[in-house]
Amino acid sequence: MILQGLAFYLFAAVTVAAGVMVITSRNPVHSVLFLILAFFNSAGLFVLMGAEFLAMILVVVYVGAVAVLFLFVVMMLDINFVQMREGFLQYLPLGAMIGLILLVELILIGGAWVISPEAETLAALPVVPAGEMHNTRALGAVLYTDYVYLFQAAGLILLVAMVGAIVLTLRQREGVRRQSIAEQNTRPRSEAVEVKQVPTGSGV
Amino acid sequence: MLEIGLGHYLTVAAILFTLGIFGIFLNRKNVIIILMSIELMLLAVNINLVAFSTHLQDLVGQIFAMFVLTVAAAEAAIGLAILVVYFRNRGSIEVEDINMMKG
Repeated sequence: MILQGLAFYLFAAVTVAAGVMVITSRNPVHSVLFLILAFFNSAGLFVLMGAEFLAMILVVVYVGAVAVLFLFVVMMLDINFVQMREGFLQYLPLGAMIGLILLVELILIGGAWVISPEAETLAALPVVPAGEMHNTRALGAVLYTDYVYLFQAAGLILLVAMVGAIVLTLRQREGVRRQSIAEQNTRPRSEAVEVKQVPTGSGV
Repeated sequence: MLEIGLGHYLTVAAILFTLGIFGIFLNRKNVIIILMSIELMLLAVNINLVAFSTHLQDLVGQIFAMFVLTVAAAEAAIGLAILVVYFRNRGSIEVEDINMMKG
């Protein structure tokens, strides 16, 4: 139990510290790297909560795909990072105020609420004890049966996102020569070949 | 103190969410960091969902966290694509420059 508590505090502290560094760091590349750190540590939090599959998904999807995508884009754009920092202090009071108000609201909600005693009995899908079925299998048993339509919809969302991203970033550049096989095949003989009468003793 | 309950996880999630909001207001010059702040907020939401799922012994929370993750990945891809196109057209990624459709 003590070990679990210590692990929680370690993961939570590193996650929050990394979150602070994400929004305050000077260099966007450092921001992305801190984002990766935050994701890793929240994966640790997920493991502590018993959601092992989600923790691994978080590492694979977020760290492996999304964060690397961010890193690519940050490195691809040629941005003046010094200019980026102008106005940082200008927006600080407003942002701090709004963040503070939100935090106070969240704390007020958190302090005032109780979980109804019946809530525990209303579970739509009771968690299977870890001895009988591990987390991944339990999730799969539910996801591919009760939530199969939502699962398909999620797949469609990803497909649309993929097509959208490709369509948005694809561009036809001027002056790039491309092979057009149809055009080559439809070219008549009259355009392709020219017969010249070359007089004897002189060049073409 | 070392007995970790629902409240502890909710506190971490609340702090992360607030940091995300704060980041959006703080980094008005850099859309990439705003997108990262949104990712932080979605992460906080996921922590909330999983914490309640564990506390109420209900698996639906984890399923929903997975869908939130899917949508977050799609959002990041589309957002970054728009950002790349925008940078190609305008040569900057400042929020204040995004006013071409103002009319």
